Amino acid sequence: MDTKLIVSASPHVRSEETTAGLMANVIVALCPCVVASAIIFGMRALLVTAVSVAACVVFEWLYCKLLKKPNPISDLSAVVTGIILAMNVPVGMPLGQLIIGDLVAIVIVKQLFGGIGMNFANPALVGRIVLFVSFAGSMNKWVFPDAAVDQLSSATPLAVADKSKLSLLDLFMGIHGGVLGETCALAIVLGLIYLVATKTISIAIPASYVGSMFIFYLIATKDLHAALAGILSGGLLFGAVFMATDYVTSPFTLKGKLVYGVCLGIVTFAIRFWGSYAEGVSFALLFMNLWVPYINDLTRQTPYGYIKPAKKAKEGADK
Amino acid sequence: MLNKLKRAALGAHTPHDKATAASKPVPMPLPAQVRILMSQHIGAPAKALVKKGDEVFVGTKIGEAGGFVSANIHSSVSGTVAAVEPFRLSNGRMCDSVVIKTDGKQTVDPAVKAPEVTDKASFLAAVRECGLVGLGGAGFPTDVKLQPKQTVDTLLINASECEVWLTSDTQEMLNCSDDIIRGIKAVLEYTGIPKCVIGIENNKPECIDLLCKKTSGDAAIEVKPLPSVYGTGAELILIEKCLGREVPHGGLPADAGAIVMNVTSVSTLGKYLATGMPVVERTITVDGDACEKPQNVVVPVGTSYQDIIDFAGVKGGVQLGKVVAGGAMMGPAVKDLSYPTTKTTSGLILLSEAAAQPAVVNPCIRCGRCVEYCPMGLEPVEVANAYAARDVQELGKLHADYCFNCGSCSFVCPAKRPVTQTMSLAKAFYLGEIKKGGNK
Repeated sequence: MDTKLIVSASPHVRSEETTAGLMANVIVALCPCVVASAIIFGMRALLVTAVSVAACVVFEWLYCKLLKKPNPISDLSAVVTGIILAMNVPVGMPLGQLIIGDLVAIVIVKQLFGGIGMNFANPALVGRIVLFVSFAGSMNKWVFPDAAVDQLSSATPLAVADKSKLSLLDLFMGIHGGVLGETCALAIVLGLIYLVATKTISIAIPASYVGSMFIFYLIATKDLHAALAGILSGGLLFGAVFMATDYVTSPFTLKGKLVYGVCLGIVTFAIRFWGSYAEGVSFALLFMNLWVPYINDLTRQTPYGYIKPAKKAKEGADK
Repeated sequence: MLNKLKRAALGAHTPHDKATAASKPVPMPLPAQVRILMSQHIGAPAKALVKKGDEVFVGTKIGEAGGFVSANIHSSVSGTVAAVEPFRLSNGRMCDSVVIKTDGKQTVDPAVKAPEVTDKASFLAAVRECGLVGLGGAGFPTDVKLQPKQTVDTLLINASECEVWLTSDTQEMLNCSDDIIRGIKAVLEYTGIPKCVIGIENNKPECIDLLCKKTSGDAAIEVKPLPSVYGTGAELILIEKCLGREVPHGGLPADAGAIVMNVTSVSTLGKYLATGMPVVERTITVDGDACEKPQNVVVPVGTSYQDIIDFAGVKGGVQLGKVVAGGAMMGPAVKDLSYPTTKTTSGLILLSEAAAQPAVVNPCIRCGRCVEYCPMGLEPVEVANAYAARDVQELGKLHADYCFNCGSCSFVCPAKRPVTQTMSLAKAFYLGEIKKGGNK
C-alpha cells in the first residue's frame, strides 16, 4: 500500500452552509436596522452598536481564554448578540450600562451554560431584560428623532392611549420614539425577507407571532387601524424576526414553531393589554424560551411508516 | 401544508455533479485476475462450486445459492481458478471468495443460452438461476422479491439516481431502454402485477423523454418525473412520492402493495431473458475531484478497485485521499484498494486529500435543519441528545430505529457534526438494548 486512505462514515459530501455563514446572514439582515437607527436617531446609534459588539466579542474571547476553551469568536454569534442587544436600547443609553448588559448576555446567559447552542434563553434578550429592570431610567428615556440626545423624552407609541391617532406611515418608517432597532418596520421587513430568502430562518415563527397578535388586537379593538398600529409599535416586529427565531431557543418542527409563535402572541398580548408594562415582547420571549423543551416534546414529527399503536382501552372494548 | 406539519422532509439539495451523464460506458481492459465474492447480496452466502485449478468461462456458475434468500454467483471472466479462500468483507465478516486468473479470451460458457420461460414458475426459476439481485445497492435477491405473500398492484422502477456523481443508471436508460421495457413486461406478465411506474428525477429529461416515447403505446407502464432532491431514490421515499403510500415501519414495500426494482436490475433481467448471460458485469461511474478521466466503465464483477483506478487515472499532482464505493452520500469509504467490485457496486468516487479532510466539528446550534431535512421525519438532534444520555426509552419515543442512514442530516448540518454517524450508533445501541430486553 503506497497510499494511505482516509476512512470515515458517510456522507462524504457536505453542504456549504456553516455556523459562521448563518450568523453572517443574520448580521447582513440586521444591517438595514442599524442603518435605519443611525438615520433616525443620529450617529450615536452606530457608536452604541459598535461598543456593544466589541464588548460581546471581548467578553466571549476573554471568558474562553480564562477557561482555556477553544476560541469561538469566529462563529460570529457574539457579534449577532452584540448587534441585537444594541438594537434593544435607546440611543442615549450610557455605554457603561450597555456593557453590563453585554456581560450578562455573553458570560452569564451564554457561556456559563456551555456556550453556543446550550443557552436556555436568548442571551441578548436576557441582557435587555437585565438592563430594563436595573436601569429603568436609561432604558425608558425614549428620544424623539432629530432631537439631540437627552434633550427630549417622550413615550413610545405603545404608551399612547388612543392608537387610532397614530400615523401608520410614521410607524412603518420608524419616525417615532423607541429603542434603536425596533422603530423602523421597513428595515425589519427587509431583514426578514433576506433571512427567509437565504433559508436562514423559517417564516413560521414571525408569521404566527405577528399574525396572532394582529388577530388579538383586531378582536380587542375592533379597529383595523389600531390593530396595525399595535403590531407596528414597540418591539414586536424586531422581537418576532430577530429574537423569537433564535435557533437555540425556538422549537425544531414546523408544528412547534407555529405553537411557539401563537403562544408568544398570547403572552405578549396579555402583558400589553392587562399587565402593568406597556411592552410585553421581551418578557413573553423569556417566558416562552423556558417552554421550548416542552413544546419540542409535544410537537414531534410523525415519522414515515409510523403506525399508532392501538389503544389498550379500545382493545378491551373489542373483547 | 398538512403534510409539512406531519413532517417537513424537505429533501436535501445535494449538488448535481453529474459530469459523466453523457459518458457512454466503455468496457475496461480485462484485469489479470478477479476476486469474486460469494456474498454479494443480502442473505446466506453462496457455496463455491469450483476448486483451485478448475477452468471457468464467462457465465459459468461458480457459486450455488446457499438458501432461499441467497443468489447464484457466476464467473465474469474465462480463465483458471487460482484460489478459493476466505476474504474479509467491508462489513467485517469473513466470506469465501474465488480468485480467477484470466486467460484474456473471454470465452463464453457453452451452457449460456436464453432461458425458456413459459409461466410464473419457470420465470422465477430463470431469475433465480441468473443470480439477479437488487443492483441499486441493497442486493436483495430478485426472485425472492418477486414472490411476495402480500397482494401487489404496482411494480415500481427506481430510476431516480439521486446520489451525487453517479450516472450509471442514466446511461443504462439511454442505451438499454429496450432491455428495460422487455424486463418490465416480463415481470408484469409472469407475476400478474397489473401496472408499472418508472420514477425518474427531473434532472434527467432525456431519460424521461426516451422512456415516455418507448412506453407511449403501453397503458400499463407510466413514467413519473420526480423532483430532483436527495432521498427520492430511497425505496421507502420513492413509494411515497410515486404512489402516495407509506410502508409501515418494519414492513416490506409489498406491505404497501408495491415491488421496487432498480432500473439497472430490470434492464439486466431483460438482457438475460434475451441472451441468457447471467449477472457478470456492471456499469460503474468513476468520478470525483481526484479522478483524471471521469467516466462510466463496464467492469467484470470481481475487478479490484485498484484496477479501475489505474484505468480511470488519478489526476497528476493530486494525492488520492479517499475512495468511496457507491455514492458519496451513502457509500462506505474504502480502506483497501484490492477490494473487489460486486454486482451492487454502482460507482467509485475518488476524492483528493484536500476534499477528504474531515470537517472541523462545531457545537450544535440547534438550528433544526437535520429535523427539517430528514426524509423519514426523525429528529436527529434529539436522538443525539438521548443517545448521549443512553436513554433507551427516549430513543424509542424518538423512533431512532427508523433511520436508514441516508446522510441528509450530516449533509445539511451547518456545524458539520457527524449526525448520521450518531444516528447509526444510536440505532445500534437502541436495538441492542431492546434485544437484551431493555426498558421499553
